[in-house]
Amino acid sequence: MKRNAAIAAGRLQPPEYVKNFDEAKPPLEPHQALVDAGRCLFCYDAPCIEACPTGIDIPSFIRKIGTGNLKGAAVDILSENIMGGMCARVCPTEVLCEQACVRNASEGKPVRIGLLQRHATDWLLSRGAQPFRRAAASGKRIGVVGAGPAGLSCAHRLAMLGHDSVVFEARLKAAGLNEHGVAAYKTPHGFAQREVDFILALGGIEVRAGRALGREVTLQELRRDFDAVFLGVGLAGTKTLGVPGEALSGVEDAVAYIERLRQTPDLATLAVGRRVVAIGGGNTAIDIAVQAKRLGAEDVTIVYRRGSDAMSATGHEQEFAQTNGVRIKHWAQPVRLVAEAGQLIAAEFEYTRLDTTGRLVGTGEVFSLEADQVFKAIGQVLVADPLRSSDRQVLEMQGGKIAVDAERHTSLPGVWAGGDCTAGADLTVQAVQDGKVAAHAIDRWLRAGAR
Amino acid sequence: MADLTSTFAGIKSPNPFWLASAPPTDKAYNVERAFNAGWGGVVWKTLGEDPPIVNVSSRYGGLDINGQRMAGFTNIELITDRPLEVNLREIAQVKRNWPDRALVVSLMVPCEEQSWKRILAQVEDTGADGVELNFGCPHGMSERGMGSAVGQVPDYVEMVTRWCKEHTRMPVIVKLTPNVTNILGPARAAQRGDADGVSLINTVSSIISVDLDRMAPTPTVDGKGTHGGYCGPAVKPIALHMVAEIARDPECTGLPLSGIGGVATWRDAAEFMALGASTVQVCTAAMHYGFKIVDDMIDGLSNWMDDKGYASPRDFVGKAVPNVTDWQYLNMNYKIIARIDQRSCIQCGLCHIACEDTAHQAIAALRVDGKRRYDVIDAECVGCNLCYHVCPVPGCISMVEVDTGQAAVDWNHDPRNPRRLPVSEQG
Repeated sequence: MKRNAAIAAGRLQPPEYVKNFDEAKPPLEPHQALVDAGRCLFCYDAPCIEACPTGIDIPSFIRKIGTGNLKGAAVDILSENIMGGMCARVCPTEVLCEQACVRNASEGKPVRIGLLQRHATDWLLSRGAQPFRRAAASGKRIGVVGAGPAGLSCAHRLAMLGHDSVVFEARLKAAGLNEHGVAAYKTPHGFAQREVDFILALGGIEVRAGRALGREVTLQELRRDFDAVFLGVGLAGTKTLGVPGEALSGVEDAVAYIERLRQTPDLATLAVGRRVVAIGGGNTAIDIAVQAKRLGAEDVTIVYRRGSDAMSATGHEQEFAQTNGVRIKHWAQPVRLVAEAGQLIAAEFEYTRLDTTGRLVGTGEVFSLEADQVFKAIGQVLVADPLRSSDRQVLEMQGGKIAVDAERHTSLPGVWAGGDCTAGADLTVQAVQDGKVAAHAIDRWLRAGAR
Repeated sequence: MADLTSTFAGIKSPNPFWLASAPPTDKAYNVERAFNAGWGGVVWKTLGEDPPIVNVSSRYGGLDINGQRMAGFTNIELITDRPLEVNLREIAQVKRNWPDRALVVSLMVPCEEQSWKRILAQVEDTGADGVELNFGCPHGMSERGMGSAVGQVPDYVEMVTRWCKEHTRMPVIVKLTPNVTNILGPARAAQRGDADGVSLINTVSSIISVDLDRMAPTPTVDGKGTHGGYCGPAVKPIALHMVAEIARDPECTGLPLSGIGGVATWRDAAEFMALGASTVQVCTAAMHYGFKIVDDMIDGLSNWMDDKGYASPRDFVGKAVPNVTDWQYLNMNYKIIARIDQRSCIQCGLCHIACEDTAHQAIAALRVDGKRRYDVIDAECVGCNLCYHVCPVPGCISMVEVDTGQAAVDWNHDPRNPRRLPVSEQG
């Protein structure tokens, strides 16, 4: 009998790829939007606004949807969150605005704020209208590192405030994780790039792609050549398991794989295992597991070393994985990855538990999962080397990330930072807020004549 | 189970739910379906003299409120557009098929005695239970000197009613238009003309909306619109008031009433009946949902009557009338204030902002340990009920009575009234 190739490309028929990687959550029809808008109570001091990291006036934009003022609704959203379109697709609304919705208390079902936000922003973006205007040119230039949500948000707000910026992007395409990290079915049809186009259309923002910090440009040069600097470099490194067998072929970094998946013109060229194990408890673990399944993997298991509550993927995301046929195993940590004839065949795990002091410990019992492909999704880390400066001044770190104050100012004068490379939730919406807050701080600093 | 048998203007029906004269009662096909569904009676869509009128295309308009379709409704249709002979033949047949149901025929002919005399004889031949004089339609027919053009002039109402009473043995019901400043004028005229009952309200003159693209009223007929007759749930309060005014008018004592205007549920019906209506007539709700709605109307009214111990509609018809009074007789020393049940409060803050922006600044917006809390400031609360009405959670805000320790006094006798009546006249 012929042994089937353990890892293979083209497991599905072409139409299946299209179906599996199309929009997982369809947008609202206009009538549905009106019905949902009608459910919003237009709260005073609305809890949803407080729950939104960017502070969008949610009752206001929903009321505008209800009256047919879609442009006004979109402008309300985009004024606070220039990536309101992407956030409507990727925000974990079930733990943010929708969790705070008072309709939960009265009916156990929130207003579908995320979908309504998408309804309004899609309307505006599909019309290609430019709702914002730039203030009078200040003559100042800001160097922005990273064309992800934080960097683009910062650059856009700076542009509105009258400043020009140059955005240095290591990759060839802008949009950061929106383009390279988010699961494909959450934002298909080139939306991330359309959003970038919309942001850049305001003017005053020059993106220089393929220019990485520490490679083509240094922090020292930026501080010298620009009036201010914003760092939105993200987390370019990934954590390693530190177990035997990690270097085997078939053991892959989930982030890198997803990036390949997002950029490939033909999903049928992506090789995926029959039996796939994803290790980790965050959205990356969910995204790689579900996408592997949708690429045709037979059995996909997520293994996480703690319980369901400790997963950084929300309950909603966990359920989504499960309804996609992904099995989630809790309380187990990897011990080693096993090969036969140079080919990965299994992953061994040890059961875990919390000891009396609340520390995670192995129980000594092990089990093995058949696996011909293992994805590591145990977290990303800041690559700090390019940020080191030969100056006497030091960019201070805190908990492995760039230390910033409430205005996202770093320890270096004239240098701000935001997004995943700073403390706080690693969410698109948080990155957008960081960029916006930093832009206003930079504006105040520049206008105060500090530079 | 309560007996719902009702009698209006001497006409008996197995329940008080009649279909009003309107499109749902335009022909035998519809009326048969209505009776099969359980409706107690119908008022056949208004007959006129031949040749039949001609209607335009684009006839109805709706008022939607926050997703609720047809909270208000309007039409620019005229009376029946079918030949008189066809209607009469069908009426006779339907009445033969459904002897236990009320079948009243609505009429509208020019203001000439001979016209009324002629058509009354024809209707009488059908075996119908009565006639309803359409003095109400505010559009189209009124421009031809009929409908509300008659109903707005009490002398005409009295005159035509008297003609009809002279020329038929059938009960004569006068349908009143609300497009008057005081409903008692035409109601008393009908009473003087010896009407067997009045039904109200007919539709309210209205422009239901303006099409902002065509820049024309809706419904729009080739770019133009005209005022229509407004009805549906939104007109119910207007109708309730007019029914109550007649019910408590000494000059109209004993005048049977049929309530019309936004009746969609058994509750609506019970409210009209509590204000003195022996039956109700329904149109918009049936046009919205079909005839099946009568099932809950019958069932719901019956269950409610059982709960309240009313064996027959007679036991509660008019029961609220003595409690309808003029403002001057209200107790000035009665006081209620709002109470918020913190356990069911969902922190939407609508009570606060409504009171703060538009009323009495009597609800404080607090943060207790970071959590929102809305509290009534008793000393500022005047008991206006605004918060109670804006609160989206039933039972969360209640209005509770406060003992002021003062005896009841109306404005006529209130010491704060500079023109109060002398103490000797206090009753």
